[in-house]
Amino acid sequence: MLTIRNLHAQLEDEKRSILEGVDLEVSAGEVHAIMGPNGSGKSTLSYVLAGREGYEVLDGVVLLDGENLLEMEPEERAAAGLFLAFQYPVEIAGVGNMTFLRTALNAQRKARGEEPVSAADFLRLARERAKHLGIGPDLLRRPVNYGFSGGEKKRNEILQMAVLQPRMCILDETDSGLDVDAMRQVSEGVNNLRNPDRAIVLITHYQRLLDHIKPDYVHIMAKGRIVETGGPELALKVETEGYGTMTGATG
Amino acid sequence: MSEQEEVALREGVDRETVRKVEGVGAPYRHGWETDIETDYAPKGLSEDIVRLISGKNDEPEWLTDWRLGAYRRWTELREPAWAMVDYPKIDYQNQYYYAKPKSFETRPKSLDDVDPKLLETYEKLGIPLREQEILAGVEGAEKAPAAGRPVAVDAVFDSVSVGTTFQKELREAGVIFCSMSEAVREHPELVKAYLGSVVPVTDNYFATLNSSVFTDGSFVYVPPGVRCPMELSTYFRINAKDTGQFERTLIIADKGSYVSYLEGCTAPQRDTAQLHAAVVELVALDDAEIKYSTVQNWYPGDENGNGGIYNFVTKRADCRGARSRVMWTQVETGSAVTWKYPSCILRGDESHGEFYSIAITNNRQQADTGTKMIHLGRNSRSRIVSKGISAGKAQNTYRGLVSMHPKASNCRNYTQCDSLLIGDKCGAHTVPYIEMRNSTSRVEHEATTSKVDEDQLFYCRQRGMDEEEAVALVVNGFCREVLQELPMEFAMEAQQLVAISLEGSVG
Repeated sequence: MLTIRNLHAQLEDEKRSILEGVDLEVSAGEVHAIMGPNGSGKSTLSYVLAGREGYEVLDGVVLLDGENLLEMEPEERAAAGLFLAFQYPVEIAGVGNMTFLRTALNAQRKARGEEPVSAADFLRLARERAKHLGIGPDLLRRPVNYGFSGGEKKRNEILQMAVLQPRMCILDETDSGLDVDAMRQVSEGVNNLRNPDRAIVLITHYQRLLDHIKPDYVHIMAKGRIVETGGPELALKVETEGYGTMTGATG
Repeated sequence: MSEQEEVALREGVDRETVRKVEGVGAPYRHGWETDIETDYAPKGLSEDIVRLISGKNDEPEWLTDWRLGAYRRWTELREPAWAMVDYPKIDYQNQYYYAKPKSFETRPKSLDDVDPKLLETYEKLGIPLREQEILAGVEGAEKAPAAGRPVAVDAVFDSVSVGTTFQKELREAGVIFCSMSEAVREHPELVKAYLGSVVPVTDNYFATLNSSVFTDGSFVYVPPGVRCPMELSTYFRINAKDTGQFERTLIIADKGSYVSYLEGCTAPQRDTAQLHAAVVELVALDDAEIKYSTVQNWYPGDENGNGGIYNFVTKRADCRGARSRVMWTQVETGSAVTWKYPSCILRGDESHGEFYSIAITNNRQQADTGTKMIHLGRNSRSRIVSKGISAGKAQNTYRGLVSMHPKASNCRNYTQCDSLLIGDKCGAHTVPYIEMRNSTSRVEHEATTSKVDEDQLFYCRQRGMDEEEAVALVVNGFCREVLQELPMEFAMEAQQLVAISLEGSVG
């Protein structure tokens, strides 16, 4: 589903290279975890894939279902099924959470040539999905992420994912700042979304998220590249040994 | 209202907003003109023209004299230059002060007599949609639910009132809602008692000009204890070329009464600027309440600043009675230059004045707008919420005065001015004046200036919205506090306007 080959990217302003040849192949139905120390380029990878301004792709290819992702606008990538759960979800004052989500859903549907979802159908869908995530009606009515706690913001990201039903989900440090209960709810939410048509990439520092969401593959990222790939046991190795040996191996 | 309906309505608005943004090819939607035979008075301004306008309206002598007094005063005044706006000198002798569709040679008895082209014009405007159906006399239109409740409309085309809807229902409630020219004929005692009592003939350059040449406008009187059964609305349209529009609105809410009033404005797209100098006077007696909402969408000129309406308007409310309340809400998206300060004189004890404003300037538009809250009565309260949005190369100024007079003890004001910048070539300015002349009153002022946040836009786009949808959503959120003060029917229109007026401001 997602193919990344030799991806090189830098920060436009600083001309500082951050991704130095990322290779990754993600197939439908798989869950991949990308782990790595601070500054290894994990978040940059997610931003480059989502099309955020400020990053310059110098080389490489990114294909989503065979389409050249790098040539698309951010909203076209979203309509094509790419979803990024943000590490720091943005607050938008004055815009109702449901208004935001329905506008987004119908924008995507329109881009795909589908009919808009009626208000009633949407509300039913959103409420049902929210219930599973322990999100009450109050949170649905409030402005987008406005005054939400860290855990509420992360759960709201998963709610958006559950409503938008993207095929390729990238979760950027969704576990950061979560207490035990929130971690469980978020993980359940993600696990419920696992299916043979959907792929998930988890970006995380810590192994503990992977206790809840079992990955098929674990990748270690360091200095802008994926330096090691393995199964869930690789995450446990990181837990006990740290990143030192693996990142050191690349020189 | 159930939760589902509430969300459905809000959702509907957003879908509409998006549809409008996408469906609009040209940046200004109302730029067409109606090819209609028009009767002009000769160009230029003189005592003869003033007499001619007065004569065309069959006015009594006192009013002709009142106009002439204003005209003489005006010749001694100078155009104000203190506002932060810059426009070429206006040649007051090179424009028409009176234009009237020819079909109005004899005043129509009913809407059936109105030139179909005029009605087509209102149909084309489509705002507010249901009212023009009624204006056009569509059978059963009056009974159709119009988003819950009906709205009575007075339509003013160039200098003349085209027609007023729902006359019968209003009459039954005892409410007088008619054109100003009709009020002069039918209710001279009320006009004489209140005209110029809030904005005196000598008030300022543009108000004085208006006093001498105003042609029509709307008149409202709500008798004591009456709650006006529907929203009242005036729809202004400038059609004729080189013509100024000088309408005059007078609203009187007698003791214990309530009325909500809205004005909407559009004009054709022309490469020469046109002058609009209106005066609005509101009088609220004891325990009366007036809500006055404006959705101003005059042609703003092209992106290089050619053409557009010069909107130099004097609006003032006199909270004359104890516990009277006036609320101004304005959405200013049009006009090349806006100079406008809807104000409240809080004369009555415990009177209440509110001002909610959204001013959006894009391209080369300039707006210098705000309010004056003059506290004269004890325990009076005022609240100001201003949202200025500036894009392109536009300049947007909030200018406001809060004045607490020596005898106005225990008064309160709260002011909040927020400015939002889109791009790096526009400007936002806040110029608050505060006069405290007693020690028991309190004034609070908060101001913020921010830029449209790239992170917010990216967040919206990652979820599937295109850039213009994203900006419209974020800006509508920024304006929420003001939008929610508008009557529901007009809140939708206003949200669409916010989106449309910011077209081309990003990317």
